[in-house]
Amino acid sequence: MLDNTEKQLLRQIAGISGFQPGSAFNLRANGSGVERHSTPQVTIRQKSDKPGIDIFVAPHTEVEQVHIPVIITESGVNDLVYNDFYIGEGAQVEIIAGCGIHNDGCDTSQHDGIHTFHISKQAHVVYTEKHYGEGNGEGGRILNPTTNIYMEEGSYAQMDMSQIKGVDSTKRITYAKLGKDAKLVINEKLLTHGRQFAHSDVEVDLDGENSALQIVSRSVGKDDSVQVFHPIARGNNACRAHVQCDSILMGNAKISSIPEIAANHVDAQVVHEAAIGKINSDQLIKLQTFGLSEEEAEAVIVDGFLR
Amino acid sequence: MLELRNLTFEADGKRIVDDISLTFTQHAFTVITGPNGGGKSTLAKLIMGIERPTSGQILFDGEDITALSIDERAKRGIGYAFQQPPRFKGMSVRRLLELAHGKPLEEEHCISYLSDVGLCSKDYLDRDVDGSLSGGEVKRIEIATLLARELKLSIFDEPEAGIDLWSFSKLVETFRTLHERNRQDILLISHQERIMQLADEMIVIENGKVAARGSKDEILPTLLLEFEPCGINKKAGDGYAG
Repeated sequence: MLDNTEKQLLRQIAGISGFQPGSAFNLRANGSGVERHSTPQVTIRQKSDKPGIDIFVAPHTEVEQVHIPVIITESGVNDLVYNDFYIGEGAQVEIIAGCGIHNDGCDTSQHDGIHTFHISKQAHVVYTEKHYGEGNGEGGRILNPTTNIYMEEGSYAQMDMSQIKGVDSTKRITYAKLGKDAKLVINEKLLTHGRQFAHSDVEVDLDGENSALQIVSRSVGKDDSVQVFHPIARGNNACRAHVQCDSILMGNAKISSIPEIAANHVDAQVVHEAAIGKINSDQLIKLQTFGLSEEEAEAVIVDGFLR
Repeated sequence: MLELRNLTFEADGKRIVDDISLTFTQHAFTVITGPNGGGKSTLAKLIMGIERPTSGQILFDGEDITALSIDERAKRGIGYAFQQPPRFKGMSVRRLLELAHGKPLEEEHCISYLSDVGLCSKDYLDRDVDGSLSGGEVKRIEIATLLARELKLSIFDEPEAGIDLWSFSKLVETFRTLHERNRQDILLISHQERIMQLADEMIVIENGKVAARGSKDEILPTLLLEFEPCGINKKAGDGYAG
């Protein structure tokens, strides 16, 4: 049975307070699996050679949800987990992942999730991952997710990855390889505050003809936090890629964006846009003319930007 | 009711607004016009609190609001539509209208504000007020945010700029209705004769001063003489021809 802290963490990262009948579910807490449910279409199995699970979504599954949250409520946990997703041909699935750390202790709690997606032909995947930290201890809250995505012909994947609060340090690595007519959409949202550090590397090879990539990264750096983005898009065939990184700077935060785009085919169209700056003063003034104070206006702009 | 007393604004050693004193007529539709760079927009910003005067006073309903912030003036019922409205990433049209209104809005109300400014589609509600909208669309949404508020004084800075002809007719109609329906003061900066035709009163600002003030019947004929199509000054033109 989950306690209140655990339920609260689950709500923050997955919008649920426990197992939802009718959908597949795997809950990992403090370094081990505690609850698992498969469905006729989605099978979740524990790995035998290393920590983690294999998730099999049957071909032609019609719109199923899979919840695989991870929570850490003990101080000093160092958790490394491998999750492999095998999405069958033509399956449609929504995967809700995420990790919440509640650390009241002095020791660092860390979760490194290594997720690999094998997306078969014509499959359709929407993946949502929320990272969140809380707790009053001095122990660090560290999350280092690695995501590998292999997409077959005509498949579609949308990866919504966000880290909104309380994670002291994150090193995020994402790699994707796109086949013919595959389309990948990555929406990344990041907010850092205090002395937090976040680094995100995204590397995508557009190998298939007519493959398409869209990356929209939005981040807000507050206080003394530091963020580094390094997106790489390589067009190796006739393809389209659009990478957009926008960041809002507040306080003494520092943000670097290091875009890298390459076209290795005459019909590859690869575009990158990046902008880093303070909140536009006209936006603040506009909201103040509605009767919002400067602080309220700032909060509304940041909320919307990271929505 | 709005009153300006000896209002002056200086920037970089230049007097943009030069000792203007004006008492605006209550519940009137006042159109401010005059040549570009004459100080009209600055005057509007001073009233909203976006710029602070070098000297002078602004009174609203008898209260000295000169030292008040933008949001404090907004809470007293003053609204301002930007000449070039800012865009927001991640802010839907619906959210912006709700922020303007100060509380959640029924969908039908949102749609009615939008259709008043010539955006006759429900699709707009969930679109973001960002680079995906055209300049004219953003401008019309800006005007709709003022319609969504309960205001005593609405200030519009060149609402017609960037709006196509068809929507312009709709817009003129909107201002007419706004004025007739809500008993509020409207202060509108414009160069458009069709908007000026709505005016109860006109003020011409030139070189930071009030060059003329009167009814549209008094002011319009003099303007039409001075500013012929394309903004060419007829007197100057005559001189050139001679």
